[in-house]
Amino acid sequence: MEKVKVEGLNAYFSNIHALKGINISIKEKKVTAIIGPSGCGKSTFIRCINRLHEVVPHAKVSGRILFDGKDIYSSAIDPIEIRRRIGMVFQRPNPFPVLSIYDNVAAGLKLNGMKRKDDLDEIVEKTLKMAALWDEVKNKLNASGVSLSGGQQQRLCIARTLAVKPEVILFDEPCSALDPISTAKIEELIFQLKENYTIIIVTHNMQQAARVSDYTSFFLLGELVEFGKTQDIFTAPKDKRTEAYITGRFG
Amino acid sequence: MLTALSVTALTLLLIYSMVTNALPAIQKFGWHFLFTSTWDPVKEIFGALPFIYGTLVSSALALLIAVPISLGIAIYLAELAPQFIRQPLSFLIELLAAIPSVVYGFWGIFGLAPFLRTAVQPFLSKYLGFLPLFQGQFFGVGMLTAGIILSIMIIPTISSISREVFLAVPSNQREAATALGATRWETIRLAVLGYSKTGVWGAVILGLGRAIGETMAVTMVIGNRPQISVSLFAPGYTMASVIANEFTEATGKLYLSSLVEIGVILFFLTLIINGIARFLIWKVSNKAKGRIRE
Repeated sequence: MEKVKVEGLNAYFSNIHALKGINISIKEKKVTAIIGPSGCGKSTFIRCINRLHEVVPHAKVSGRILFDGKDIYSSAIDPIEIRRRIGMVFQRPNPFPVLSIYDNVAAGLKLNGMKRKDDLDEIVEKTLKMAALWDEVKNKLNASGVSLSGGQQQRLCIARTLAVKPEVILFDEPCSALDPISTAKIEELIFQLKENYTIIIVTHNMQQAARVSDYTSFFLLGELVEFGKTQDIFTAPKDKRTEAYITGRFG
Repeated sequence: MLTALSVTALTLLLIYSMVTNALPAIQKFGWHFLFTSTWDPVKEIFGALPFIYGTLVSSALALLIAVPISLGIAIYLAELAPQFIRQPLSFLIELLAAIPSVVYGFWGIFGLAPFLRTAVQPFLSKYLGFLPLFQGQFFGVGMLTAGIILSIMIIPTISSISREVFLAVPSNQREAATALGATRWETIRLAVLGYSKTGVWGAVILGLGRAIGETMAVTMVIGNRPQISVSLFAPGYTMASVIANEFTEATGKLYLSSLVEIGVILFFLTLIINGIARFLIWKVSNKAKGRIRE
């Protein structure tokens, strides 16, 4: 089953052509990794999927992205609705510093108008457990979100994203600011999450892509060079440039 | 180094000479000076309460009017306005701060006060006259006029500092809220206002400091009568105004020293307020640095 189908996607920053005619299809409840050297358009690509790219001044998008068969860029679609169904975890942990751990997780729910304490309590606990953070924070839910370590902050951000029940989760280099132990925890989490969620993860750590993903796509200079099963990409790449990149000859 | 020290020395000297000059009044009236409201130069009985009251009420009124407007301006300039309009508009607002206060006072007497007397005060008393705040005669000059003039004078301070504070909010905070499905306004509320709460408090308190110390414009429009009246239409008096108005005619030693003591009170009040503001701003910039522990 394909969850997200990208057709002829182009993205621009003012006059910089950041993505050039991307076609890709993302399978449901699988992990798709996006790899490539810095500045190749990986982050721009996933930011197009939840319509975050257009928030930047002078940024433009053309082409189609079908989400469950519907074009998210058609004028009938509300981007707010799309962002609730396609969640995102950022490169640097960015919990809201003035909110408590509890309120950070509940932030998205409150935006959706959920007010009943019981419901909130239940979802906050459930999502913190899913994010493997509950045991570490259950006795200090009222502490500030930034009192946690970097890795814990990132898991808090994952819990915050999970709380609004998205169908797809985008990870934008979620471990690049974290130590190896925290990285291992996040990777394990991603592995568990794919039972219920479609996951797209940008990473420039190729071992990470190999460990967590089912499919891998290789981007270079704004173009999609190669896309396929992770195993095939890493063992038998078809394109010379892919081979050069994964064997570490550039990037 | 030497110049820096000389500034400190100058401040200490200032405090020393003010306190020595205020000594006769301090010895005569003690704490009563702060809590009594008779101001009678003929009988030489002095109490500063009406001036303290006038300063606090006119400044509070100014904040009440200026804070919502300034925050609206700052949010618009930092978050909503199209790029090409931001610079010129910010410049115009900061220009308001450069107008000499005597000009504000002049405009207050000839423009604002008559307008308030003929249009605003009758309106307020008609619809809100059941409140003691809006009862009594319409003079034009008075507490309300002073509060409005002050609010106009502190809007540039509060809005430009708040704008800086909003612009200092990292974009990843805004993106976090947007990616959760927040609308533009929800993003501002959740990510921007939340993050900059302390800094905005600092801006408000700096505005308050300015309102408390403002002399000329207030003196020209407040009515200058040492009385405590609940009505905002009634004339009042502030600490800064009484010093400016009466020091030339303060012939008696006790009279002069009472005025100096008011100056000392004003000095410490603004010192404390600025201290709080600095602390809040320091806290917010410090938090921004130590935000992510890695």
